[in-house]
Amino acid sequence: MSIGIEHYVVVSSILFVLGVLGIFLNRKNVIIILMAIELILLSVNINLVAFSSFLGDLTGQVFAMFVLTVAAGEAAVGLAILVIYFRDRGTIAVDDVSHMKG
Amino acid sequence: MITALAFYLFAGLTILAGALTILARNPVHSVLWLIMAFFNAAGLMVLLGAEFIAMLLVIVYVGAVAVLFLFVVMMLNIDFAELRAGFVRNFPLGIAVALVLLAEIVIGLGAVGQGGIVLGTADGSAAVPADMSNIKAIGMLLYGKYLFLFEAAGILLLVALVGAVVLTHRKRAGVRPQSVPRQNARRPQDATVNVKPEVGKGVSL
Repeated sequence: MSIGIEHYVVVSSILFVLGVLGIFLNRKNVIIILMAIELILLSVNINLVAFSSFLGDLTGQVFAMFVLTVAAGEAAVGLAILVIYFRDRGTIAVDDVSHMKG
Repeated sequence: MITALAFYLFAGLTILAGALTILARNPVHSVLWLIMAFFNAAGLMVLLGAEFIAMLLVIVYVGAVAVLFLFVVMMLNIDFAELRAGFVRNFPLGIAVALVLLAEIVIGLGAVGQGGIVLGTADGSAAVPADMSNIKAIGMLLYGKYLFLFEAAGILLLVALVGAVVLTHRKRAGVRPQSVPRQNARRPQDATVNVKPEVGKGVSL
């Protein structure tokens, strides 16, 4: 049996759903939420690369690289915000963040 | 045959590791499962013939992002049990949303899959050259057609770098940092004195 594009799309959809589920399940813990976002971006990458490979067009792989760039920047800034949030409040529970309401 | 086997191995382990990432009790374990998910996704991408992205995934994610996560998890002294309090309460809603999302994707795939997924036709401007390795072809594209986007990605990373440093930097009270101008301005005659101690008397410093 041969592995078609459908198989890869299914894997990436399941990974995407797992990422969304992770955000819902761990609503207090920002670290896990950030990791779930990384999972979502990984599923996007798998999708892009799979379509790029099956279409014979390299643009998908180039864009997967840009997604990777954004994911790395997002992780760095997100964790920096997390560190100063923890320094300020002594916890990382984010379900009651409201002191930036203005 | 071996390709199918490798695909199911990598795909299964990716999904398993992804599920354990969001379900693990200890965030350190979560990070380790995330690393495993990325490794297996890199395997999937090798199967697809995208070696460069696969290696990039291993280097960038496992080498940088995952280590950053691990560092933050271990650096902050967090009571994780307290953070897990809402887990059971959020479970039904989370599962419901996930199931709805999955059903939507399955329905969409099923609808498209009636005749197999019909891939569009690429315009040929980024076709895979037959006589080039994957990394060389990507390099030609990245430094040619997508040069501006490539530079913009570099600037994005620079902004993220500076942003992270500015956010976490703080002035501390009570530390005595080195002052290079003061050090350079100091002359020997300010710091040393030449004394001739007399016999039987001490030297006052």
